[in-house]
Amino acid sequence: MSGYFTSSIGRKFAMALSAFFLIIFLVIHLAVNITSVFSADLFNELSHFMGTNPLIQFGLQPVLIFGVVFHFVMGFVLEQKNKAARNIKYVRNNGAANSSWMSRNMVYSGLVILAFLILHFIDFWIPELNTKYVQGDMSGLLADGEGFRYFEELQHKFVSPIRVGAYVVAFILLALHLLHGFTSAFQSVGATMGRTKAMKNIGKAYSILIPLGFIVVALFHHFNH
Amino acid sequence: MNLTLKIWRQKGPQDKGKMVDYKVSDISEHMSFLEMMDVLNEQLVNSGEEPIAFDHDCREGICGMCSLHINGEAHGPDRGITTCQLHMRMFKDGDTITIEPWRAKAFPVIKDLVVDRTAFERIQQAGGYISVNTSGNTQDANATPISKHAADEAMDAAACIGCGACVASCKNSSAMLFVGAKVSQFALLPQGKVEAADRVRNMVAQMDLEGFGNCTNTGACEVECPKGITLENIARMNRELFKASLLKF
Repeated sequence: MSGYFTSSIGRKFAMALSAFFLIIFLVIHLAVNITSVFSADLFNELSHFMGTNPLIQFGLQPVLIFGVVFHFVMGFVLEQKNKAARNIKYVRNNGAANSSWMSRNMVYSGLVILAFLILHFIDFWIPELNTKYVQGDMSGLLADGEGFRYFEELQHKFVSPIRVGAYVVAFILLALHLLHGFTSAFQSVGATMGRTKAMKNIGKAYSILIPLGFIVVALFHHFNH
Repeated sequence: MNLTLKIWRQKGPQDKGKMVDYKVSDISEHMSFLEMMDVLNEQLVNSGEEPIAFDHDCREGICGMCSLHINGEAHGPDRGITTCQLHMRMFKDGDTITIEPWRAKAFPVIKDLVVDRTAFERIQQAGGYISVNTSGNTQDANATPISKHAADEAMDAAACIGCGACVASCKNSSAMLFVGAKVSQFALLPQGKVEAADRVRNMVAQMDLEGFGNCTNTGACEVECPKGITLENIARMNRELFKASLLKF
């Protein structure tokens, strides 16, 4: 495999692999989050399991962080290389005549998602790390010891309409990113199935339903806290 | 029809270049785009100006020489055609038409609308062939059985005329549709399979060396390609390189 991952096609392949990983991750993340809409207890149980299980925390979480960081860094590196491949721009370029807005603006939807992730990490991930590994409180209980803290923390975060608005915008951009990215990942690994009508429809359904699910969770807690 | 043309003028590779406006009148809608350019050049020669340099040869969509970026699209607004097959009936009286050369770092401008596409030649030389001695002992074409499906797909890939519209249309100036077609036309046939691994490795390495961008699967190349080369050829090249890389550690 020497030289494969430094070739343009090898990099595409690596980009697609990290994309597949993130596509699966989003499903798992939404599956946990959506339970908060109909059962606070179930959401608490699942959150506690995900937050304290050693395999998830020390096995899968580092892989996830690597996948996210890799996808962003490689995305920006490739964008820079691609920009450099056209040193003089067209005076008039009609990109809309031959390609979708989503496909031409992956780096911009990606940048919005990156900004969202920073906010999301500040909101949830960093406080979690602080509580569990700095303060050493692995109990997952509220300060008064009456039940789990996860559901209350979730509701508290979605009180602010500005934060909910930012989340909704980010998820719309995630949907646009996925509308191109889902089938594009198949093409990058050389899988023809990504270009079949069925797979295109699955891609469309996934790209709309998954971000919509996250939006439903954010709005539900905003209006029901 | 009367038209305003905004055309890229550049004296030579080192010149900065700029867009210059020209007026042409009484253009017939039955003319081809290049015939309209001929009218403009005659006009320029008659008035003692330097005519506009643009590539053309067969003028029947086969040679792959014509290469104009017209109104923001490679080979203009029509589909499945080269610039020489574009007719003036695609435009209206009073239109302003922007005409630019292919833009890619790997396709530097030589003069006006003419770009240097020898990067494609070097990619071809890196592996776009089969090593067969054909002098004096040519085999019958039917001696090696080939399935109809493979023959058809190889023929479709071989339809690529190497004009560079894929590079010109791609937002990343990627040459992957061209290289994908050239890799595919051999990879699909038994004669090409023998050297398939080396071919794809060498052609992709040369493509990267030339400074073409990376494919992000926008599909612009497929839409603008005058010969209908499909994205499947890029997917096949991706598979071929992966297979070839697995074979060589």
